[in-house]
Order: sequence, then structure tokens, then C-alpha cells
Amino acid sequence: MLDQSEVAFNELRHLVSERAIKGETMLLNMGPQHPSTHGVLRLLLEMDGEIVVNCFPDIGFLHTGIEKNMEAKTYEKAAVMTDRLDYLNNLGNNLVYCMAIEKLAELDVPPRAQAMRVILTELQRISSHLVWLGTHTLDLAAISVFWYTFRERELILDIFEMVSGQRMMTTYFRPGGLWRDVPVEFEEAVRQFIDIFPQRILEYEAMLSENPIFIERTRNIGILNSKDAVNWGVTGPMLRATGVPHDLRKIDPYMGYEQYEFVVPTHTDGDTYARYLVRMEEMRQSLRIVQQALEKLPYGPVRSNNRKFVPPPRSELSTSMEAVIHHFKLWTDGFDMPEGSVYVAAESPRGVLGVYLESDGSPKPYRVYWRTPSFDNLQVLPTLAKGHLVADLVALMGSTDFVLGDIDR
Amino acid sequence: MGIEQKAGDLGAVTIRLEQAVNWARTYAMWPMLFGLACCAIEMMAGQAAKYDMSRFGMELMRATPRQADLMIISGRVTRKMAPVLRLLYDQMPSPKWVLSMGDCASCGGIFNNYAIVQGIDEIMPVDVYVAGCPPRPEALVHGILTLHEKVRGENLKTWA
Amino acid sequence: MEMVQDMNNELGSPVSTLVERFGADVQEFRGQTTLVISPENIFDACQVLRDEFSYDFLEVETAVDYWPQQDPRFHVVYQLYSIEKHLRIGLRVPLSGHSPSLPTLEGLYANANWREREIWDMFGIRFEGHSDPRRILMPHDWQGHPLRKDYPLGYEEVQFSFNAEEIDRNKPYAEE
Repeated sequence: MLDQSEVAFNELRHLVSERAIKGETMLLNMGPQHPSTHGVLRLLLEMDGEIVVNCFPDIGFLHTGIEKNMEAKTYEKAAVMTDRLDYLNNLGNNLVYCMAIEKLAELDVPPRAQAMRVILTELQRISSHLVWLGTHTLDLAAISVFWYTFRERELILDIFEMVSGQRMMTTYFRPGGLWRDVPVEFEEAVRQFIDIFPQRILEYEAMLSENPIFIERTRNIGILNSKDAVNWGVTGPMLRATGVPHDLRKIDPYMGYEQYEFVVPTHTDGDTYARYLVRMEEMRQSLRIVQQALEKLPYGPVRSNNRKFVPPPRSELSTSMEAVIHHFKLWTDGFDMPEGSVYVAAESPRGVLGVYLESDGSPKPYRVYWRTPSFDNLQVLPTLAKGHLVADLVALMGSTDFVLGDIDR
Repeated sequence: MGIEQKAGDLGAVTIRLEQAVNWARTYAMWPMLFGLACCAIEMMAGQAAKYDMSRFGMELMRATPRQADLMIISGRVTRKMAPVLRLLYDQMPSPKWVLSMGDCASCGGIFNNYAIVQGIDEIMPVDVYVAGCPPRPEALVHGILTLHEKVRGENLKTWA
Repeated sequence: MEMVQDMNNELGSPVSTLVERFGADVQEFRGQTTLVISPENIFDACQVLRDEFSYDFLEVETAVDYWPQQDPRFHVVYQLYSIEKHLRIGLRVPLSGHSPSLPTLEGLYANANWREREIWDMFGIRFEGHSDPRRILMPHDWQGHPLRKDYPLGYEEVQFSFNAEEIDRNKPYAEE
């Protein structure tokens, strides 16, 4: 087997500059195991001293073959795998997958399920941003923020556990609504969280926003202008920090987002500090949405009544023959979907998360493609990293907020 | 022998060498920072304030394998990543232990396909397996305590 | 042609332009429009969409394999989005053959770079003019294209109690 360094060089001979081949610049491997790469990402840096001249991301160290594996399972079983894609946004992945199935099958979702989906997705967004803040500042050596954000995250995970039994990989959203209704303590727990959290965001901002070291390390690092961002397919807080107010919750509202009043934060600088401000404000706005959705939470069923797709409750099985037939069909074969293809997109904490679902009429998906935001957000990294020091590259990677499960699928 | 019978367990005054060394090893076992996927988030949550793993000696997570004792494989290992994993394991100096956290590292988990190594015991010897997808931080702590018990039971023959 | 006028007025003009200039087929399903375009015309069609109708955002670029149907075997699917007008349009390119090729969209949309590398890696569809045609998700010396339908899933047999020892014997275990 070739030596690792020779492999790297041969692969990239057509990409590195002349100076690297001559030996003036150094090729440094920021390998798959590194404390700051937020997962298994390999970066090949071409460096002139401490300054990064170019960087070549090498992904695929977490490629799980989820898309092919989902083709081998029925729709309901494949929903379990969707949690594990972007593993910080489990309910968001579930949501997009269920939205795609519901669009293709023209399945209705009752209003209580929609409002509950909004509440849980926004709580997931807050928890994802908390992990981002904790790990980003951990890389910048502001380690105390890590302890605080994970403490808040535990409150949200307790809510998820109360609702579905699992902290992270809940698979709580199913085609047609939710798996089952929330327990009585849910409302009280969410209200407690809404009461505590605004003060905590103020604490984080007090520690970081005016901190001269933080500003020094994040201002003017990785400036992205809006035209480049759109050309590179960047979405999410990275795009909003360049000034483009692109948020699918406002533009193309789904799950009843048009009922809730919230602001889409933008900033014009496009650097790391701007992305930090955008995400902090997004946490506040998410909390606002949770509050409004909780006030307006309607009563009613939490899953559609369409027995072709949704299994009947067990009590019906003793009285109705159709219920038994539907139950049998759904549990052995899975539900049959109409033929065709749809593309559905929603807003994940990282950007536009979309599912392209193609069905050929069988109970298993024919092709599921996940348009993940971190794929494009990482692709723009080499252009942003040119001319910065390695320490700045670390800050930049943190602010890009990619998740390798999203990229490699 | 006589002193122990008469005065009972005097703690560190009379102690066998194996016990002393094993005690020292369990109380300062530093894991290597090797989070791959979702289980890594639960490992970080295990290190954080609510389920504090520093209580059990895992104060720091060393990024370099040369300074680490324990490798917690948290997350799914792909065929592309497997040689890297083996290289890291080889770079760790003895004594070293491996804890396979989560279903994907123990047996391939829910991903039974071309891309995932079906259990890291295909690549390296594993001491403790922790089940769960992802395992709760408490489950990880239980796995670590099980590993500590195993280490306390080691004797001179296994070192040499 | 009636179908084109019946559709949402905002999408009407790009669709009718593409139908006139490139002979595209229009499909509408669940409110989403898709145009089927031939491989020679895809670059010009995307250029027209980007320059004249401001579809400046490449959202999706992927492929679907229809094996054992050989003609066409693949469909390459694009979804273009307009940031200003908030409109999405889908394009499909049917391809046949064992190792077909398409012109690259890298000159128009910068993020087509990695997406086309992924399609090469997973499906084996080449893109002419691509600056960096190498594998992206699989190891660099992997044989085969995993997402093709004739590529096996590669799963390992599940161990139950009746076949546990048999599987254990054949499974590689590392000792040291």
C-alpha cells in the first residue's frame, strides 16, 4: 500500500500550486482525528509558514450509505435512519422526511401535530445552536461556555426524553403526524424552559459579545459576500450573515409557520463574528416561536386518520375487520406509495435541508436523496480560508457549523 | 501476611504491586478524543456538567494518541476510516484499553451495508462494549466503571 | 401548449422558453414542475435559466438509476432555485449506457464541483470538463459505484442463535 503522504500528493497534483510541487510551501495534513475538526474531516493544508495558501477538504470518512440502505427498507423503517444523518438535528431530519412522504402521498397532518412539530423542531434548533456555541468557543479556548451550553441542552434533552423515551434519536415524527401524544407534564416542562432560557442567552452574550479576545479572533475572519454565497450554494446562518434574508420558514411556510411571528436575523459583514450574532439571535427567535406555538396549541388527534398509511389504534382491532386488514398490510408490507417524485425542503439549523423522494409504487423508497446544507457550506471553506492563519481556520470551521453526518450521509 | 491478618486492610501501607498499579491506572485513565458521529455528542454530554466523567478519573481528553490510555470509539466506523483507526490504536503506548461505545462501533448498528465496518472488533481487540444508540451518558459511565473493574482484576501476567 | 399557460404564471415564461428553444418535455406533479431536457442542451438550458430568469442557486444535483431498464438507465435530476423570486424548477436529463457523460455545470454554479464528484463516485456518470474528477465519499481506490442498483447492499448476515457459531467462524476478528 502506498504511503499516506504519497497518496495525498498524487491525488492532488493537479490542484496544488506550483510552489507546493517545488517545495516552497508545505503540505500539512489536518487529519481525520483532530480536536477541532468537529468530526472526521481531513483537511490538506498548503501552507506558507503559518498562512494557509489553500486547503483541500477530504470527506467521506463517515459515509454510511444511508441513501442506499433506505432503499432496502420500507418507508416507516427507513424513518429510523433519518435521525442519524445530521445527528444534531434529529427531529429536523425526521420532519423533512415525513413532509416528503406526506406530499407524495397527499397525506393530511392534523393541526395539533403541526403545532407540536413546530415546537419540537424549534427546540431542536436551539439545542443544535447550543452545541455549536459550546464547541465553537471550545476551539477558541473559551472553555467555560461549553459547560454552560451543555447544561441548557440537558433541559431540552429531558423534554425529548419525556416525549419519546429517547434523548437524541427520537424518530418521533411519523408520516401523518406524531408517533403518539405528549404526556401531561410536557407543557409545564416547556414553560419552565421558556422562563429560564432568555436569561441564559444574556449570560452567553455577556461572556462573548463584547469580549475583546473573542472579537479579535472572529472579526474579519472568513468574509463571504452574498453573491459568492449564492453561487456556492451556501444556505442557513452563513447566507443570512452575508445579508440575504433567505429562510424557508418565512419564504415557503410549512407546518403552520405563517401563524407565528418571528424575525429572521441577518447581518451584512459576512465574517465569523456576524455568523455568531446571527445564530445567537436565532436562538431567541426560536424561543419566541416555541412560546407562541405553546399558547396556540390546539386540541385534537396527533396523527392522520388515513388508514392506508397510518396504523389503526389497537382498540379498533377487536371491533373492525378493515382495521385488522390495514394493520396487517402496514405491518408486513408497508404502505404503498403513488408513483412519482417530489422535492421538499425545510430549514435546518445549518441551512436548507431537502429530500428528493422518488417512488415507483412499491412499499420501499426507490430513491431518497438528501440535499444537506453542510455539503455546500463546507465546499466554500477553501475560498474563505485563503490567507488566514491556521488558528483562524479553526475559528472558521467552527463558525461554518458543519456536521459530518450531514456531509457524508 | 501476618500484619494483614492482625490489623485488617491497612490500605496503601501493605498492598500488592498489582493492586497498586491497577488502582493508579483506573484513577487516571485519560481517554483519547475520538468522537466520530452521534455517540460523540453523548460522550461530550458525558464529559459535561450533568454527567461528569471527571469524577471517574477522565479529567482530560487528550487529542494525541501518544498521551492517551483509553480509546473510546464513539460512532460509526466506515471502511475509509478503518485504517486510520488502526493506525491510531497502534500509536497508543501500552497499557491501552478500548471501549466500543454505541451499537455502530460494537456490531455495525442499524447500518448493515457496504460502507460500515460491522463492529470494530474486526480491526482491534475491544475490552468493553457499551450498547445503545446512542447510549445515555449514564450507560457510558457504567461502561467505564466496568472497565475499571476489569483493570483492577488484571495481574502481572497480562502486563508482561 | 395549453398546459404551459395553465400553470402558475410566474413559472410560465421560463418553462415556455425552454420548451421552445430546447424542446423540453414538461411534467407537473403535486404542484412541482419538472422539465426533461436532453444531455446536449443541459448547459445552455441552465445558462438561460441563470442569466435570463435569475435561477442563480443550484439546490439539488443528483442521479437516479433505473436498472434493469437500460434506455434510459439514469436520470440526472437538478433543482434550480431563484433567491429573488423564491421559485424552484426541476430538470431531468435521461442518460443511457454503462458509463454515460454529461457536460459539467461547474462554470455556472460553483457548488456543482462536489456534487458532480459525488455523482461520479456513486453512479459512474462522467462530467466533461470537470476540474477535479476523483472520488469524494468512497476511498480513492474503491471499485464500483455504490448507488447503482446492480451494486449489492453488502450486508452481513444477521447472527441469530442458530447460526451464531457459523458466522463467528467466518467473521474476521482482530487479536492484537
